[in-house]
Amino acid sequence: MSGFFVVIVLLLLFIIVVQIAKASEYVAILKGEKKTQEQNNRLHATLMLVFLIVGLIGLYVCHELLKDKLLPVAASVQGVAIDHMMTVTLVITGIVFFITQILLFVFAYKYRGREGHQASYYHENSKIEFFWTAIPALTMTILVAIGLKHWFTITSAAPPNAMVVEVTGKQFNWMFRYPGKDGVLGKKDYRLIDEGKFNPLGQVWSDPYNHDDVVSSELHLVVGRPVKLEIGSRDVIHDVGLPYFRLKMDAVPGVPTTLWFTPKYTTAQMAKMTGDPNFVYKLVCDQLCGAGHYSMVANIVVETQQEFDQWLASQKSQYQLAKEGGAIPSDSTRMAMLPVSSKKPEVSLK
Amino acid sequence: MSSEVHSGQVLGAQQAVAAVALHEGDGHAHHHHQSFITKYIFSQDHKIISRQFLITGMIWAMIGGFFSVIFRLQLGFPDKSFPFLETIFGHWAAGGHISPELYYQLVTMHGTIMIFFVLTAGLSGTFSNFLIPLQLGARDMASPFLNMLSYWFFFIASVIMISSLFIQTGPSEAGWTAYPPLSALREASEGSKTGMDLWLISMAVFVVSQLLAGLNYISTILNMRTKGMSMTRMPLTIWALFFTAILGVLSFPVLLSGFILLLFDRNLGTSFYLSDIYIAGHALPNQGGSPILYEHLFWFLGHPEVYIVMLPGMGITSDMLATHSRKPIFGYLAMVGSLFAIASLSFLVWAHHMFVSGMNPFLGAFFVLFTLLIAVPSSVKVFNWIATIWKGNIQYTVPALFSIGFVSIFISGGLTGIWLGNSALDLHLHDTYFVIAHFHLVMGIAAFFGMFAGLYHWFPKMFGRFMNNTLGYIHFWVTFIGAYLMFWPMHYEGLAGMPRRYYEYSADALAVYHRFQGLNEFISVVAILVFAVQLMFVFNFFYSIFKGRPVKDPNPWKANTLEWTTPIHVGHGNWPGEIPEVHRWPYDYSKNGIDFIPQTVPVSPAEEEVAEPVKAPQ
Repeated sequence: MSGFFVVIVLLLLFIIVVQIAKASEYVAILKGEKKTQEQNNRLHATLMLVFLIVGLIGLYVCHELLKDKLLPVAASVQGVAIDHMMTVTLVITGIVFFITQILLFVFAYKYRGREGHQASYYHENSKIEFFWTAIPALTMTILVAIGLKHWFTITSAAPPNAMVVEVTGKQFNWMFRYPGKDGVLGKKDYRLIDEGKFNPLGQVWSDPYNHDDVVSSELHLVVGRPVKLEIGSRDVIHDVGLPYFRLKMDAVPGVPTTLWFTPKYTTAQMAKMTGDPNFVYKLVCDQLCGAGHYSMVANIVVETQQEFDQWLASQKSQYQLAKEGGAIPSDSTRMAMLPVSSKKPEVSLK
Repeated sequence: MSSEVHSGQVLGAQQAVAAVALHEGDGHAHHHHQSFITKYIFSQDHKIISRQFLITGMIWAMIGGFFSVIFRLQLGFPDKSFPFLETIFGHWAAGGHISPELYYQLVTMHGTIMIFFVLTAGLSGTFSNFLIPLQLGARDMASPFLNMLSYWFFFIASVIMISSLFIQTGPSEAGWTAYPPLSALREASEGSKTGMDLWLISMAVFVVSQLLAGLNYISTILNMRTKGMSMTRMPLTIWALFFTAILGVLSFPVLLSGFILLLFDRNLGTSFYLSDIYIAGHALPNQGGSPILYEHLFWFLGHPEVYIVMLPGMGITSDMLATHSRKPIFGYLAMVGSLFAIASLSFLVWAHHMFVSGMNPFLGAFFVLFTLLIAVPSSVKVFNWIATIWKGNIQYTVPALFSIGFVSIFISGGLTGIWLGNSALDLHLHDTYFVIAHFHLVMGIAAFFGMFAGLYHWFPKMFGRFMNNTLGYIHFWVTFIGAYLMFWPMHYEGLAGMPRRYYEYSADALAVYHRFQGLNEFISVVAILVFAVQLMFVFNFFYSIFKGRPVKDPNPWKANTLEWTTPIHVGHGNWPGEIPEVHRWPYDYSKNGIDFIPQTVPVSPAEEEVAEPVKAPQ
């Protein structure tokens, strides 16, 4: 019922506005076109100026209200560089923003149509046009130079001491695989994926490198140690979004991608710095991947090397889980099973 | 109209005169034999086709805008129940809450509708059709028949897209970019079932419509200008529409090929975009394809598309600022040059949408360079617009307001493009609300402002009546202020890394974004208000067609361009007598103390030589 009244009120409001608008048209005709235009020029030129002033105050108020809701300090070495570059870009574009907007609205006010005034027939000045082409060109060159310097640094090959973690996205969660003690990730084949048989990533169990690989739903990283993410997807495109580290990279099925960075602060340090005891780093999906896209979030734990080693040691490898679950036959049964297929022809020969 | 005469190039003056003479003959003969169907439905008159594009575009805009209101309700009030949603959407919004599936379908449709159906077909279709013949002095388009087809292909595309809203599994929900495998695999989402096929077929038909239209616009502009209308005497609106058409003709076919391959992957078992996929409990046999190939094909149109949406607004704004400031446009040739530069560069920047796609980072470097280069012609345009109103005598009509608003919004939205185009910053900002703020300002609101400026300005020419001024003023101020209130704070959400295309942020895992709930609510309220004012505009539009103040002066804005030399109610063939001859550029405002000198007025010997800015060969 209240919805009905809201509609009625809105309709009435609409009718009132339209009636006023119609009446003001008649008034305009009575006053004469010239005089009405004069009045409108005064009114809207003033409004333009008011918009500029209120708008600038609004920008300040908006900033005051929202600045505390921004992210805490960048939590990776790369993120610090990106934040720095963002500040430089903010200053440059900010200067252009204020100059052009202020000129636009001040001119809009100052050069409002007035009776007896005439515009100037001034429309060409190659000198000034050269300048306002050259200056943006120069500025852009600087920004491109800064940007590419950072881009090439960030996308360069990961340092050799980097630890490797494999990240796999699927509808709608993340899986992280650690190479274990041997430091090598075992082979995978997507055709071997079988959730029921404890093999969500399609690990090839005959590859011994797989036997100590740990699969987790949480990303554990070591503070100060570069980490190289080897990113993939099982189904559709996802994106490894790391807002606290200021980085992201798509997870594309069939096309492996990589991203490396160096975490700067442990979760505990960050909790202290932000004053939030429950602080947790998040990995969010940043590429539309289906109806559950919004729920595809994972936790990231940044810890010391010692804590990391302890954690990893406490995890069972996926191979072990599969074995305990009976998904991998024990060695003896395997021996017995293998010849079956090769024996079959003999049976038929008989 | 006889298209045989039109299709020949009007090269020399005599030939042009001969063509005009021929037109007179059959132009009048046609007039009396028109039934309702040939006059208003299967019309070949460019002015009717323009109105068809406009009104279809407006209907689409209302649908697209309404969808955004619905998903803004979800974002602003995730815990509230709106029973009317269940009335409209049935089980998709059980209990008055829209489902995630519906949310993504609304988002996808909002993007598709606004970008393609409103700001491409609705915008270019309206103004190219209406203005190219009228401002260049032609009786009609080069091929009125193809022109009619372009509208009807658009209509068919519209019908298919609409029908996808009513099928059981709903329309596509893969985003307007429709990245595979999400868009390729039926198992990936409800919207990837039949809805996606309909989406692709509709878009393929849409591309056909755009190609027919674009080829027609280009050939008309190149071949059918009246005597004296050299290219450098064309209004900037026509220049902008010309580059827009070229962009469309060169880039839409690439999109079509991308869509056809996607249809093959969906229905014929090919693997252009698919490889190594395990979905819905089984591994697919497809191997060797790459979704990144699709991204390249899509963005090869997708980026020029941004300029297809933007350029008409830039052209219209240039002309509006000049006409309503009673001052010539500043730096005409620089304006043409910058349009050309933007159009050319727009083909070399597509992969800036793909910095984090897994594309080779070395390749990304080139796209950073070219993307930031676009800022140069863009800033030249901004400075020229500001210089145009400098020392002007601005008449604050509704089109003047919208064009000043255009410049302001274009600056605000354009500058953040410098952030996003720099790949290292994009690593952080990609697919966050920062991107939403950026492109809604620069190509959404700004393009709409260009469209509104043009509509209020040319409405008297289209319908012989004025739109209500007071409603126009309210429309402008609410939309202008609302645009900033909605999109400015979104930059902060983006800087905080808030991901876009999230159905809700209420999960504990996303606790960090709960702090923006109040802001989201605020943005949603403003969005509803702005949408209501657009409905008021639509009312004003249709009301004024029938009841608006009638136009008495054939040139109500005191403009120089040719369309105002036609009668108030323009007939088939545009000029009752001979097509006027053009003697000067369209920007002789306030020259030698004269308020305006139409293009048809010969240059008198008394006029200063220097005053003639462009000495173009005939």
